[in-house]
Parts: sequence; C-alpha cells; structure tokens
Amino acid sequence: MSGPNNEYDPVQVTPLNAEEVAAARDAALAAVEAAADLEQLKQARLDHAGDRSPLALANREIGALPPQARKEAGQRVGQARGAINQALKARQEVLEAAHEEQMLVVETVDVTLPVDRHPRGARHPLTTGAERIADVFVAMGWEVAEGPVIEAEWLNFDALNLGPDHPARTMQDTFWTSPAENHVVLRTHTSPVQARSMLTRTPPIYVVCPGRVFRTDEYDATHSPMFHQVEGLAIDEGITMAHLKGTLDHFATAMFGEGITTRFRPSYFPFTEPSAEVDLVCFVCRGTAVNEDGDTCRTCRGEGWIEWGGCGVVNPRVLVACGVDPERYTGFAFGMGIDRTLMFRHGVEDLRGFFEGDVRFTTAFGTEI
Amino acid sequence: MKAPVTWIRELVDLPDGVTTDDLARRLTALGLKLEAIERPGHDLTGPLVLGRVLTAEPEPQKNGKTINWCSVDVGDANGTGEPQGIVCGAHNFGPGDLVVVVLPGAVLPGGFAIAARKTYGHVSAGMICSASELGLPDGFGGSSDGIVVLPADAGEPGDDAFGVLPLRDEVIEFEINPDRAYALSLRGVAREAALAFDAPYADPVDRPVPAADGAGHPVVVDDPDGCPVFVTRVVSGFDPTATSPAWLQRRLQLAGMRPISLAVDVSNYVMLELGQPNHCYDADTLTGAIRVRRATAGEKLTTLDGVVRSLDAADLLIADGSGPIGIAGVMGGEATEISASTSRIVVEAAHFDPVTVFRSQKRHKLGSEASKRFERGVDPLLPLVAADRVAQLLVELGGGTVEPGTTYVGEPPAAPTIVAPADLPARISGIAIDDATTVAHLEAVGCAVTEDGTTLSVVPPSWRPDLTEPFDLVEEVVRIVGYDQVPSVLPAPGAGRGLTREQRLRRRVGRTLAGAGCVEVVSFPFTGAAALDALEIPADDERRRTVALANPLSSQEPEYTTTLLPGILAAAARNVGRGAPGVALFETGTVAFATDVAAPLLGVDRRPTDAELDALLAAVPFQPQHLAVVLGGVREPAGPWGPGRDAGWADVVEVVRGLATELGATLRVENAELAPWHPGRCARLLVVGADGTETAVGHAGELHPRIVTAHGLPARTSVAELDLDALLAATPSTPRGPSFSTYPVAKEDVALVVDVSVPAADVEAALCEGAGELLESVRLFDVYTGEGIDEGRKSLAFALRFRAVDRTLGEGEAAAARDEAVALASQRTGAVQR
Repeated sequence: MSGPNNEYDPVQVTPLNAEEVAAARDAALAAVEAAADLEQLKQARLDHAGDRSPLALANREIGALPPQARKEAGQRVGQARGAINQALKARQEVLEAAHEEQMLVVETVDVTLPVDRHPRGARHPLTTGAERIADVFVAMGWEVAEGPVIEAEWLNFDALNLGPDHPARTMQDTFWTSPAENHVVLRTHTSPVQARSMLTRTPPIYVVCPGRVFRTDEYDATHSPMFHQVEGLAIDEGITMAHLKGTLDHFATAMFGEGITTRFRPSYFPFTEPSAEVDLVCFVCRGTAVNEDGDTCRTCRGEGWIEWGGCGVVNPRVLVACGVDPERYTGFAFGMGIDRTLMFRHGVEDLRGFFEGDVRFTTAFGTEI
Repeated sequence: MKAPVTWIRELVDLPDGVTTDDLARRLTALGLKLEAIERPGHDLTGPLVLGRVLTAEPEPQKNGKTINWCSVDVGDANGTGEPQGIVCGAHNFGPGDLVVVVLPGAVLPGGFAIAARKTYGHVSAGMICSASELGLPDGFGGSSDGIVVLPADAGEPGDDAFGVLPLRDEVIEFEINPDRAYALSLRGVAREAALAFDAPYADPVDRPVPAADGAGHPVVVDDPDGCPVFVTRVVSGFDPTATSPAWLQRRLQLAGMRPISLAVDVSNYVMLELGQPNHCYDADTLTGAIRVRRATAGEKLTTLDGVVRSLDAADLLIADGSGPIGIAGVMGGEATEISASTSRIVVEAAHFDPVTVFRSQKRHKLGSEASKRFERGVDPLLPLVAADRVAQLLVELGGGTVEPGTTYVGEPPAAPTIVAPADLPARISGIAIDDATTVAHLEAVGCAVTEDGTTLSVVPPSWRPDLTEPFDLVEEVVRIVGYDQVPSVLPAPGAGRGLTREQRLRRRVGRTLAGAGCVEVVSFPFTGAAALDALEIPADDERRRTVALANPLSSQEPEYTTTLLPGILAAAARNVGRGAPGVALFETGTVAFATDVAAPLLGVDRRPTDAELDALLAAVPFQPQHLAVVLGGVREPAGPWGPGRDAGWADVVEVVRGLATELGATLRVENAELAPWHPGRCARLLVVGADGTETAVGHAGELHPRIVTAHGLPARTSVAELDLDALLAATPSTPRGPSFSTYPVAKEDVALVVDVSVPAADVEAALCEGAGELLESVRLFDVYTGEGIDEGRKSLAFALRFRAVDRTLGEGEAAAARDEAVALASQRTGAVQR
C-alpha cells in the first residue's frame, strides 16, 4: 500500500481531475506516436510511463484520497495508464519490425561473389568406370578378382592355350622383362587373372577382373602401350553360350541403358572355343545407323553396332591346365577394353586424354560415372 | 585377305540378287570378318572407248618437251564419226595402235573431269589413257610405262572400254582369324560363300592330275617331320619375254599383290586361288637334287629381298648342291630365282610343319605371304594339284611344255578322328540343335561323319587342320546355325560376398582424396635412370631396384617404375605448363621391385602342383600398390575473402593425415630425410597398430628446392608417396562403438619452452603419457619464438582437456594431472614451463 507522496514536488496531475488525467494520457499517446525509433520510444516510455511520469505520480496519490473517491480516481488513472502501455507495446512492435527490416537491408551482401576457396577434386574415369562395371557384376553375385600386372609368362600365355609357338602370341605385342629367360611379362590382357582364379578358387566361380594391361603399341589417338580391360569368367556346371549372351546383354543394358543389347560374331581366341566377337547396339543411334539429323551416325560410323570385345566358351584345355575338371564344368569368359568402352560412352575422341593427367579432363567426370 | 568378287563368283554360283554387301554380311556372320569393301573403277565414268591411232605428229615445245598431236579413230563414239584430235605427252605408241580414249564428259578416278581444252596450240578433245589413269597396275597388259596399248584384236574403235577391260570390280577385304587359314585363298572364301547361301560350289582342286612317278626334279627330304610332302614339276621351253595377261595382272592387283613377271605372277595367282604357297626356280641355276634339311649353324643365304641371312640350326632349308636356296615356307633364295632369261622352270609345292615355319619367320623377322599361310596350316593334299596348276598356267601363258615327270616325296599327315557326343553343340551353345542338324552342318564344312548312337566320329577335311577337338566342332555347327540364335539367359551364381575389404577401402581412399581437392591421374609406369637421377635417388636406394624391360618402347624409359613420383610430377608440370595456377593431384598404381628368379617352364596337360605354382609365382616381382599426392602452387586462391595461399609441406601432410583418419588408422609422423624431399621438411609416416606396433608406410613433405626447379614445378611443391597396401593392411577393420563421458570438461593450457630441434610430436607424446587417463585430448595451438624466448628455443602452447568417465573432476584434479604431464615432458624433452 503506497503512502502519500511526500518526497516530490506538487503533483502535476491530481487523480480526481478528469481533465488533467486525460491531458496527461493524450500527451503520452502523442509522444508514443511521435517516437520515430526505438530510442525515442524508450524516452517516451520513461517520460510517460516511468516511475516519475505524471500518471505514475498521480497513481500514488490515489491512496491518499477519501475512500469514496478512490474507486473513481483509480479507474480513471488505471484506464489512462493502460491505454498508454498498450500504445507503447504496439509502437514497440512496429518500431522493432521496422528495425529488423532495416538491419536486413544493411546486412545485404552480393551472393554472386565467388566463394570457391577450395578447388574441387575428382576421381579418374578409368577408376570410377571400372568401379561401375564391378558394381554391375557384384549386384549379380559375382566377385572382383585381381592379379599382378607383371606376370609369369605361363599364366599370361601357356595356361590360356597360347603355347610358345602359337601364332596368336605374335598378335599381342608383348613387353618382356629382362632377362627374357626369366619368363616374366607385362600382362597383355587381364586373362591371367582367369587362370589365377581357377587355380586358387573352387567352382562355381563367377569373377570379373578389371585391370591394366600392356602391349608394345605406339602411342596415338586410339592406341596406347598401357590400357585397361575388364575380364569376366564364369565356371559352373551346365554353363552355355546362352549364359554368356545373357550376362553380356545385362552388362550392356546396365552400362548403356534399356534396349542396348549385344550380338555375337564367330571369332577366334586360343582360350575360348567357340569364340565370338561381341558387338553392342550403338547407344547413340540405337541401331538405326543415322543420327537425329538423318546423317550417318558418327559413333558407329553407320554400322548400327559398335565392336565391344571378345568372348567365348572356356577352352577345355584351359580348364585342364588350371585344374578344373572339364567333364564336370564348363565356363565362359569375356574381355572388353575399359578405355574404349568409356571413349564411346562419354564421347572421348582421343585416348591420350586418359593418360595426360590434365585436370580439366578428369574434373569433367567428377567422382562417379 | 582381299577377295575380288568376280573371282569369288567364278568359283561359286551365288543366287540372283545377292549383292556384295549381302555377301560380306553373310560371310562375317560365318566368321570371315569384313574389314572393308573396295569398289575400284566405280569412280570412273564414261564415255571411255577404244580408239585406233591414225596419226601421231611429234611437236617439240619451248619447254623442251615433245608432245604428240594425234588423231584417233573412235568410231561413232564422239557422235560425229570424225577422228578425235588429242594431245598426248607419252611416246610408247604410234599410228595403228589400239588404245583407250576418254572423251569429254568422262570423269577419271579422283574426280578428274575430262573436257575439250586448249593446250600446246591445239584443242585436245579427250585423253589417251595410261594404266594408272584407269586405276590399272603399271605395265598393264604388257604395255611398258605409259599409254595402255591393247592387242590389235581386243576390239573395234568406238567399243565401250568397260566391256573390254577389267576396269570395275568389287573387292571384299576380310580379316582372317588364325584358325581359318583355308580362307586365305579364293578356294576357301568361295567355299564359305557357298555355305552362306547354300549355293553350288566348284572346288578348283577337283581337277585331274598326273600320278607321281618320281621323274620330276629330284628331291631328297631329310626331315619328313618338317616337310611331310614335297612335289616338283618342270616346265621347259618357257618364253622368258612373255608377260602376264591383263586379267592376271588385274586380279593380283585387286588381291593386293604387285604383278612382277609372268612366272612370279602365276606362282602368286595359284597361291591366292588355292592357298598353297609354291615356288619357281630357274632350273639352270640348280645344282643337282633339291634337299630339304635343317641348316647347319653359320650357313648363309641371300633371300629374294637381297638380304644375307645367317641361318640357325633350327631353320628348315631347301638346299641343292650349292648350299641353301631357300628358307622352307618363308622365302626363296636370290641365286635361283626366275630371271629375264629363264626358260626352264622347276615348280615346287610342298607342305611344311607350321611351327617350324613360324619359328624361322620370327627368327628372321621375315613374315611373307607364304609363311602367313604355312604357320596357320595349309591343306596338305594341295601340293600335287597346285604344282600341276602352276605348271599348266606357265605353259598356257608363257609357252613351252610341262615335262611329264612328277616328283612326290612324303606322305600327307592323316586327319585325326574326333569323337564327340552328338549333343555337344546343343549343350554348349544353349540352342536346341538336333543331332541330324549337327551332322548335316559338319558335313557341310567338309567333315566325314559316322554316327554311333549318341556319339559322332568326325574326320575333318584336309583343309581344316584347326579342327582337332570336340569343342572345335561345336563352333562349326553353331556358326552355321547362327550365332544370332544363341538365347539370352542369365546364369544364377550363388550369393556373392561383395567387394573385399581392400577393394572397399581403395574406393574410400579415392573419394577422400577427391574430397580434399585432389584430382586423380593415371600415368604410364615406365621410367629410366634419368628420371630417378632427376629425383636424386641414391644408387643403393631400394627404388633403384626397377624391373628392366627387354623390349622397351623408349630407350629413355626402359624400366617398370618403383615409384609413382616421376609420373605424377610430370603430370603436375604438364598442368602448370598449360597455365594451371596450382595443382593438386593423386595417383594410385602398381610399382614393382625386381626379383631375379626365373620362372619354371610348366606344361599345360594338368594343373601345376602347388610346389610348381609357388616356384612360378616366386618369379613374379613384388608389386605393391602405391599412392602419391602432389600439391603445388595455389592451394587457396585469392578472392573476396582475402589473400590466397600456396601449398606447402603442411598441406600434403594434412591430406595424408586426413586420409588416415578417414580410414580409421592412427598415423604417427616423425622427421626424416629422404630424396627427393627437402631434408628439413620431410615426414616419415607410420601407422600405429592396435598392439602399438608401428609400420612405416611412406613419406610426405616438401620437395627439395633443386628438384622443384628441375621439374619445372611451383616453389614449395610438396608430395607424398605411400605404400597403399601397407596402409590398408594396418587399418582396423571393424570400428568399435565409442563410449564417452558426459561429465563436465576441465581445460588446462600449458606453454612449454624446448630447444627448436625438439619435435612437437615428442613433447605431445610425453604430455599424453604423463597426464594419465584423465586426459581427453591434447592439441598444440601455438608455436612461438622471439621476444622472451631464448635464441635456439621455442615455446609450444598446448590445450589439454581433462574429463573423468564417472564423475565431475574435483578441485585441483586437472591441475595435478597437468603438472604430471609437464613433469614428464620436462624429463623427456627438457621442456620448461613458461
């Protein structure tokens, strides 16, 4: 209960005087309305709603009034102070919103400024391409087998039915390590991994082997002494050419899209019999041999097909040399150039792009293809 | 193999409407792969007619040349019947000669349009043609170089030349696989064409030949394994001036061979026709009997190409009393070749062992049309008929007579009998093929088939030495049924195990490094002493133990590398050279360390024993996977955020440390010195195993400034090279789920002053050990030298965080642990708290 105000000078507003209370209220409301920013509003609050404001002082006087007068005075002053506080609150909200608006304007930046402080990295398409191929086969339940790039001649040739005098040995221009009497070569294909897989695993065997291979080819837009192959080998009971076709069709579709399948042409490889070249429906013209403008398709040169690789039924001689019972098991094998596959999948014109190490080439492929 | 279509059609009667494209497509489907179709003469369009030269007036010109102003009777071909006035620069013809005239309006090969034009003071209305202008071989029809002069009875003036001369043809070039040597002949190609279209086929071998009577040129075969069959016939009275007729020259030309002389052309023609290489000797240069024997070391022979060959004891020779006169199946000798005066000819046709020919050809680097056929396998029944065909053609075209005697030495190897289950083609192909179809198709390729229940006994034809095993028969049957009939069926392997741990980790390595801003490169692994010298790698360094190549492509890079640095630094320099302000590259690849162990020579008739395999694999060099990183030049570009920053040693160590963290490996770093790194800025990297054992996995740091300069790299270029296999092997396989305290942390900072030579890692290790188990982490946050610190000393400021697993640390507990840590650091490293 407040006592009479004895400390301060004569009150400016007597609570019984309705006119004075109204005037004080109006002055306060005017001041609140006039406040242009939060600072001015703070001052208006102090002046008109603070402890020393006229109505606050008048409020204190109420207690000193005769009881019959208190109710009316209390109502009058209370209503006035309520109106002022409401106005203050409303004005506060308006000014705060304006202030916030103002701050957002002040803090505006140019978001088009470059922010790339850390240049991007990338993985090589030959790596990610090999991974993608591996994933297709792993999804079918196959495993990824690996072997060394410098390989025993026996595993690279003899075990694969390429005897010392086989004419096919001359087709593969081999890098020999020195001294040649040690019979160690840079592998000319990924096929020795086939031999290693059969020698170390027990059928059924379903392995895919991506890797680097070497031949003494001069380096140009379509040849390289080092390139990449992916080899596939399936050894199981009852394996047929139909399984080979089914696997390659699935592989082609997974890599190149629906409708892209394969065809076989008779061919010759020492390690397979029967052997086939495998062609792929040109995924650019989709076998129509013409492009959108009706001109000859550049990717397949109007053939409608693209040469993709070699394949066949594993020659029983290879099974014997690698310890697989040819009476019980049959198998199929295939091999494709990864570099070549990527060249036509991604429209790479020059093989050398893969090996120059120019970051502009590699970065275009990101971290997965 | 280039096969002129007119020649194919002579041997096989193809159905009406079959085009060359059809033929090529069907033969490709049978296994003779189309390489290209050439259409010679199809870019030559008329009017092209025969003309008789009426007058040819030589007119000397100011430029020293003499031209002939000719009038040529072209009949009514020019529309007027008047002689055609033509200027001609050649002189090998004269009035009365029948020539080929191209009239205005014609187009010659190469798009050369003919029009009447003014030249040398005359209007020349056309051209008298030379062989090359018509796309015909030089010396065509016996004309010496220049204008083609036709035999007087070749036709009448005004006749269309296309009807007289073999100007137009189509040639299919096939890629012949090594197992189809029979298709290196028109006989074989036509046989396949007959198979493709089920068309009548006349085997050119089906002709009567005289019985062997031993009365040809005498022959002794010392080595019947190398030479199972040798046949000679003799032609005498041959006219050495006779020239090859136009058709013969043209066929050889279209088949890709150069016409040379009648005897040589006939020999080549019969080889192309039948597939039997053969040889003509000048009988007068032979000394006594022909002897087929192995060479003796040191013997020499000058081959037809004029090169003196030192013969190897393994070479099979044709010899006579004078010594070697040919390397069997490869090339004949110069001394006994047909010359411009040869009138008596010994014709040889023989069968040689493929391996013997292959080895000689390889040994002397002397691949020839003959060796190409012999090493793949020639029909052993051919020599008699081929020798007769050559002899008959020589006489037919060059006069004289075939002497009656025929020498035939030896016995052709017998064809094997292949026993195979009748259902094998069906079982292997997955196509429903009944036994009757299998038998029919085998017979269609020339096999003799005997059925015995479900088993077939198959004798392949003499021209198919490639057919030796049951699976060989499968391919024959399936290719005729059609490879396009093979159904598409997915096999059903069992559940796989997915990628191996190493395979998964290697993917993570790549992604992590790409995430760190590095771009992967793939370099050739070839190197040489110069590249290793440039890295200043000492002579006794392990990295000098490269694997040498016996036949490198470049004498500068004759070895397989032991380090990825030469390749990746070259790639870095290439990028900088192309204007990159900075490079961040990584590479993973195989390196190799030489092992001087010879591999045993193993057979292939059974699986090697485990001991044999071990011995084989011992010869294979050690080939770890390495990882290299190079960072040079701008690492962070300047931009609106502030100045940029160049890469240095810390960046590459950071990348490697980040990689180890990603792999879950604990990496310890210590100072090291190793080329090619800066001796004061090289870190050795060690992986700490769960049991505390440490494995060195590589080095990282700044390159030696001299090496930076020598390689043209940005200053302070920094590199790392790690043994990736070792890193991955030392990486824990299954991370443990962590448990951690949620009680409050107590932080204590200490500044320790040590000699500048003391590694921060040593101080940190001592702090860790001394602080005990309450220590949660320690982090070096400042290194200070300068005012307040003695010369030769540095201040290391560490932030230590303490926390107990079971309680809030009490008053002074963290400080006590800190004091223990400092005490041990002082003891170990001489550190003094600041």
